[in-house]
Amino acid sequence: MSYTNVIASLALAAGLLGGVLPASSAQAQGSASAALSAPDVLVKKLSDDVLDSIRRDPGLQAGDIARLNALVDEKILPYVDFTKMTRLAVGRGWRDATAEQRQALTREFRSLLVRTYAGAVSVVKDHKVELRPYRAAPTDTDVTVRTQVVASRGEPIQLDYRLEKTEAGWKIYDVNVLGVWLVENYRNTFASEISRGGVDGLIKSLVERNKALEARTS
Amino acid sequence: MVNAPACLVRALAAALFLAVLAGCASIPPGAGTHPVDPLEVYNRHVFDLNERVDRALLKPIAQAYEAVVPEDLRICINNAFLNLLEPVNSINNLLQGKPSEAVADLCRMVVNSTVGLLGCFDVAAKAGAPRSHEDFGQTLGRWGMEPGPYFVLPLLGPSSVRDTAGRLFDFLGTDPLWYIRNIPLRNSLVGARLIDQRAALLPAEKVFEAAALDKYQFARDAYLQLRRNLVHDGNPPRLKDPDEDDDTAPAKPPAPAADQPPPQPAR
Repeated sequence: MSYTNVIASLALAAGLLGGVLPASSAQAQGSASAALSAPDVLVKKLSDDVLDSIRRDPGLQAGDIARLNALVDEKILPYVDFTKMTRLAVGRGWRDATAEQRQALTREFRSLLVRTYAGAVSVVKDHKVELRPYRAAPTDTDVTVRTQVVASRGEPIQLDYRLEKTEAGWKIYDVNVLGVWLVENYRNTFASEISRGGVDGLIKSLVERNKALEARTS
Repeated sequence: MVNAPACLVRALAAALFLAVLAGCASIPPGAGTHPVDPLEVYNRHVFDLNERVDRALLKPIAQAYEAVVPEDLRICINNAFLNLLEPVNSINNLLQGKPSEAVADLCRMVVNSTVGLLGCFDVAAKAGAPRSHEDFGQTLGRWGMEPGPYFVLPLLGPSSVRDTAGRLFDFLGTDPLWYIRNIPLRNSLVGARLIDQRAALLPAEKVFEAAALDKYQFARDAYLQLRRNLVHDGNPPRLKDPDEDDDTAPAKPPAPAADQPPPQPAR
């Protein structure tokens, strides 16, 4: 019952993710200094930065794909390992994929997420990100940072991140809205697509979906 | 005498009938082989039926409600319905061994029903007592019961065998609306709550539909994750990524095509 209300927050949270999800790990060397700070500090700074950008940019709020891509490239790309995100979502099929197929999967998956969230950024209003209690040893290389998004109206929304320590600093590789992990939620769908039409079948489905979404927004 | 709920029930029945006539869901090959979803064939049919009923009836009503009623009033109504569910939260918190939360839920109800004008305003949350989201399905989960097979309920949507049992208990045992003796009033309120809940989903819907390659599967997996998170009050133990160990292998070389030379080994 209250479950439906919880679901309703999903859209809001998705909007807040803005571009946090979609980014590619290609040329992800950008501002490595921030990526070297503690993971919870990084997540807080990144969230504030993205929320602030969305609030200041009417083009982003209107769901302008080009502007959103620019935001992703500039602000988010350096902090997200999108190849890992795609690899985990594709799961077993990743082993059998060629380098080109892996690139195509990563590119199309990123594109799908950017398009999905372009429709949702308009809900961002006076939202703020607060860190929830964080426990990790300094030696940990794979951590979960828990946050909640609060606004003047509506209930707090749980928004968590998984990060891995790499040579270029901490990188986000999974995001969770209200307990729903992104990677986990795509895993079964991707596996079914691959079992039906192979890796190329999955790439084709992603390409078609992106085209359909493009047609819808233009 | 025409009363609104009776009309609603008749319209619902008509919509259901049309939806059944309109055709069946497409069932992909391999349906029902996933361990969480042995009932997939049945589930997909019911999911499809729900979608049709929703498009024909529930969604248009919810959209009209959203268009006509101002946002502040809609939030007020939503709060008031959720306020009536505080006993459900409280009883289930108690059953889950969280007595202080159970007491807090009741205090919230007292404060919000009075200072909050019959639940219209969630003043308790502003004062630092956030709303719980508990139900008997979660209590069963807390007691160690697994969700069992995924199970789509006609008209009500995603559920599991465990959560269906839980819902039944909540509806018949702890939901205050079912204790209203005036049947037309009770039915009106149940109908209004349904529309309130459906309207609350409208903003999420577009995002959800854009994100999902297969809406049925996406809804299923989101539901199961969401419920697991709720059972553990936002801190579920981490699941091991099943493929983490063996999919980091380097990419396979592309299959040699007829018009291409075989790939060079990597330097």
